[in-house]
Amino acid sequence: MTSGTASEMDGWEVVIGLEVHAELATATKLFSGARNEFGGEPNENVDPVSLGLPGSLPVLNEKAVELAIRVGLALNCSVQASEFARKNYFYPDMPKDFQISQFDQPINGEGWLELPDGRRIGIERAHLEEDTGKSTHVGGGGRIHEASYSLVDYNRAGVPLIEIVGKPDLRSGDDARAYVSELRSILVAIGASDGKMEEGSMRVDCNVSVRPVGQDQLGTRCEVKNINSLRSLGRAITYESRRQVDLIASGQEVDQQTRHWNEEDGRTHTLRSKEEAFDYRYFPEPDLVPVAPSAEWIDEIRAAMPLLPGERRHRLAEEACIQPSAAALTVERGLDDLALAAMDLGADPERVLVHVENNLADGQGALTADAFAALVAMETGGDLTATQAKTVLADLVDSGGDPAAVAASHGFEAMDTSELEGLVDGLIAEHPDDWEAFVDGDEGERRKKSGFFVGQIMKATRGQADGRVVNEILERLAADA
Amino acid sequence: MSAVSLAGAVRSGERSARSIVEEHLAAVADGEGQIHAFNLVTADAALERADRVDAVVAQGGDPGPLAGVPVALKDNMCTRGVPTTCGSRILDGWRPPYDATVVERLDAAGAVIIGKTNMDEFAMGSSTENSAFGPTLNPCDTTRVPGGSSGGSAAAVAAGFTPLSLGSDTGGSIRQPAALCGVVGVKPTYGAVSRYGLVAFASSLDQIGPFARNVADAALLLEAVAGHDPLDSTSIPASAPDLLGVLDRGVEGLRVGVIEEISGSGPTGLEGFAPDVQSRLAEAAEALAAAGAVVEKASVPSTVFGLSAYYVIAPAEASSNLARFDGVRFGLRVDADNTVEMNAATRTAGFGDEVKRRIMLGTYALSAGYYDAYYGKSQKVRTLIVEDFARAYQSFDLLLSPTAPTTAFPIGEKVDDPMLMYLNDVCTIPSNLAGHPAMSVPFGVGDDGLPVGVQVLAPANGEPSMFRAAAVLEAAAGGSAGVAP
Repeated sequence: MTSGTASEMDGWEVVIGLEVHAELATATKLFSGARNEFGGEPNENVDPVSLGLPGSLPVLNEKAVELAIRVGLALNCSVQASEFARKNYFYPDMPKDFQISQFDQPINGEGWLELPDGRRIGIERAHLEEDTGKSTHVGGGGRIHEASYSLVDYNRAGVPLIEIVGKPDLRSGDDARAYVSELRSILVAIGASDGKMEEGSMRVDCNVSVRPVGQDQLGTRCEVKNINSLRSLGRAITYESRRQVDLIASGQEVDQQTRHWNEEDGRTHTLRSKEEAFDYRYFPEPDLVPVAPSAEWIDEIRAAMPLLPGERRHRLAEEACIQPSAAALTVERGLDDLALAAMDLGADPERVLVHVENNLADGQGALTADAFAALVAMETGGDLTATQAKTVLADLVDSGGDPAAVAASHGFEAMDTSELEGLVDGLIAEHPDDWEAFVDGDEGERRKKSGFFVGQIMKATRGQADGRVVNEILERLAADA
Repeated sequence: MSAVSLAGAVRSGERSARSIVEEHLAAVADGEGQIHAFNLVTADAALERADRVDAVVAQGGDPGPLAGVPVALKDNMCTRGVPTTCGSRILDGWRPPYDATVVERLDAAGAVIIGKTNMDEFAMGSSTENSAFGPTLNPCDTTRVPGGSSGGSAAAVAAGFTPLSLGSDTGGSIRQPAALCGVVGVKPTYGAVSRYGLVAFASSLDQIGPFARNVADAALLLEAVAGHDPLDSTSIPASAPDLLGVLDRGVEGLRVGVIEEISGSGPTGLEGFAPDVQSRLAEAAEALAAAGAVVEKASVPSTVFGLSAYYVIAPAEASSNLARFDGVRFGLRVDADNTVEMNAATRTAGFGDEVKRRIMLGTYALSAGYYDAYYGKSQKVRTLIVEDFARAYQSFDLLLSPTAPTTAFPIGEKVDDPMLMYLNDVCTIPSNLAGHPAMSVPFGVGDDGLPVGVQVLAPANGEPSMFRAAAVLEAAAGGSAGVAP
C-alpha cells in the first residue's frame, strides 16, 4: 500500500483541513494563577483550580484573551463576543473530567491565512480552551492497555490553548506544511506562542479525505492525530491519502475514523470509529461569564500588533520589485528590516537579496545597514568582486567595522581592465586549443571553456579579478578573432 | 442569647469567646446524640480559635463583628486540612488543601467554626435522609425530617448547638429546612456570596446563605460573608449590603404581592398546600398590611414550571460537576484492572442512589439529540420565569409565598418516592432559577404544632427590603423562633 507511486494518485484530489492547537505564551494558566511553564518537576505548577479540586472555580486570564484576540486579528478573523462551554468526557489527564472550551460562540470567527505563494487558506474559527495534563504508563512497554500503573502530571493542565480550525482548503502535504509553517511564523511574530512542535506547544491534527478530481462533494474524512513535526505531517498525509485511494479503488468505503500516526512504522492506525466517538454533551460553562471584548480594547490590541510575515513579504517585494514569494526567505530569516534599510541607503536590491539569501543564513550578526549598503555599493561600483564582497561580508557579520577598511585589510583592490587583458592574452597563448574550442565551439562548449579561463584568471589573481569583466574580455577577443 | 449580643459581649470584654464556645460545645455534647446535626465537631480547633479571639480583645484589638460567635458549616464548604465530605462516601479521606472564601471571611470576622454539618449527599435532597452518614432529625420533633439538603445546619441552629450556621441553597436547600426547623434561612442574590470553595452541585443555581434563630443574626452573618470575591467569576462586583442598619425601617408603603400559583390559592396554581400552611401565609400577609405595606394578590404564572425546568438544569450541571469524582486524584478509589473500570467501580461504590439518579438524568438531558428538547427547553422556561418576575416586580417591591407546602414530614415518608420529595421545593426553586434572593421566616405553627415558614422573595439585590419585611414578620409572630432556650 505504501509503495504506491504518484501515478496511482492520478485522478484523485486530496483534501486537507488542519486543526492546530498552540499553547499561548502567558505567565499563568487560563483559569488560575498557577505558572504556565514547560518542564519542571511533575505536579509542580498546580493549584486547586488546575487540579480540579472540589469547590475550585475558574477565573479567566485576561492576557490569554488578549493573545487570542491577537491571533484572531492576525488571521483576519471576526473577533466577537464569546462564551465558554464544557466539553464532557472522562479522561485521567483531565482534572475535572470536562474541558473548558468554546463551542458555538468562539472568540474568533471566520478568517484566512495567506500562504507565501499568495493563496488564501480559510480559517473556520480560532477559540480558547484549556490544555490537559500528561499521563505516563509504567510497565508493559509504556502502552496503556498493558501498563501496570499510570502516573499523571498536571503541570500542563489548564495551560491556555488557541485551537485554530482551518477550512479544507489544502490539497497536498506540501500545502499543509506551508500552512503550518506560516501559521507558526505568525504566532511567533505576534508573541502569542513559541510555536515549538517538538515541545508540544504547537500540535497538529489533520483531517484528510480524497475525491476524484472534478467532484465537488467531499469524501469521507479521517482525522489523524499524533503528528509531531512538519516532516511527519507530510508523511502522514501521503500515507493516509493513499490508504483511502486504495480502499476506494478496491471497491471499499472509507470509514469516518480518528486515526493515530505512528512515526516508526510510517502508518496511521485506527483509534476510534465514528460509532465510538464521544458525545461531549457541550453546555455553557456556568462558572464563567461571557467574554465580550469591547471595540476599544480590540482596537488597542490591533494598534500594538507588529507587522505580520505576509505584510513584511509584501513590503519587501514592493521595494525590491520582486514577487512576494521571492521575499519569503528574507522575511523568514528576519532580515527584511536590514535589507530594506540597506536599500533605503541606495544599495542595489538584487545584490542585497542575493547576499541575504546566500551569505546570511545565520543572521546579520554585527552587520549594520550602513555597512551593508556601503559594501553593496563597493561591489556594484566594481571596487570589489562578488567573491571579495562575500569575504568582507563574513567579516562584517563576525565583528562589524567599515567595509572599505575590511576590504583593504584583505588587500582587495579593484584590478584595472588593462592589467586583466594582459593576463587573458597570456593565458590564450598558453592554451591555444582551449581558446580555439571557445571561439568555434557550440554554446555548451563555450560555457565550459569560459569557466576554464575565468577559473585560471581567478587562480592567478587569488580571486581579485572580477569574473564578469574577464568574461567580457573573452567575448570581445573572440568576436575579433 | 443572640449572635448579635454574643458578639457584643465578646467585643466589650464582658464575656470570653472561650466561655461561649465551651457552652455551645456542651450543648452539642448533650444533644447531638438525638439529632445528628454534625458530620464533624472541631472542638479543639474551635477552642484554640476562641482563645485567639480573646487574645485580640485582651490586646485592645478589633476582634471583628462576629467575635467569638460559633458558626457551623454545611459539609460542602472546603476547610483547609479538615475533612469535607458533602455527605458522601466518595470523598472518604479527603482534606481540602484550601479554605472556601466564606471560611476566610468568617475567620476575618472573628467567628469560631465549631464543625461541619450533615447534609443530603452533594446537596441532593429535601430531607437530609440522603446522607451517607445517616439522617439528621428535626429538633422540634425527632420523628420528623429537618428538611434538606442543609438539614444539619438548620437543626444545629434550631437545637441551640450554635447560634449561626451556613448552608447552601440550589433549589431551596436553606429555606425549606429553615421552615421545617423553625429558624430563619436566607438564600441571597446569586453572586452575593462567593461560591469559591463550595463543592458545586448546580453551579448556576448554588448560593451560600445563613441560618439563624432571628432575622438580625441572619443579617449579621450575611453581611460578614457577602461581598465581591475575585475568585468567583459570577460574584457581584459590589460590597456586602447594609442589612442590620435597615432592619427597623418597617414596611410602610412597600408593595407586597402574594404569589397565587405557589401558595395554592390561584385557579391555575399548584396543589398540595396544607390548609394550616395557607392560613399562616394569610396571617403573615395581614401582619405586613397591618404594618403599613400594600398587600395584594400577585401572579407569576411560569413559576409552576419551575420544578420541571429545575430537574433538568440542576442534574445537567451536576452530571458535569460530579464527573471529577473519579478516583484519580482524591477521595475514594476502588481499584480495578484499568482506569475506566476503576472510575466506574469508584463511582458505583462512592455515590448514593439519589446522586446516581441525578447524574443519569443530567447526562441524558445533555445527550446529542436530546439537548434541545430538555436542556434547551428548560433554559427557555428559566428565561420565562425571569421575565415573569420582572413583570411582577413592576407592581411589587416584594413577593410572598409559603416556604414549603407542609410542615416537617415523618422520616422515611417520602424517601422512596423521588417525585413526592421533589415537590417540597416548588415554592423555593423559582428564586434559584431567577437568581433572586428569598428567605424563610418562622411564622407560627401548623395543626401538628410544628413550625411553618413564610417565604419573602425580592428582586436581585433586594436583600435590604426583604430583611425589613422579615423583621416585621418576626415581630408579628412573637419574636425569635426555634425550640432552643
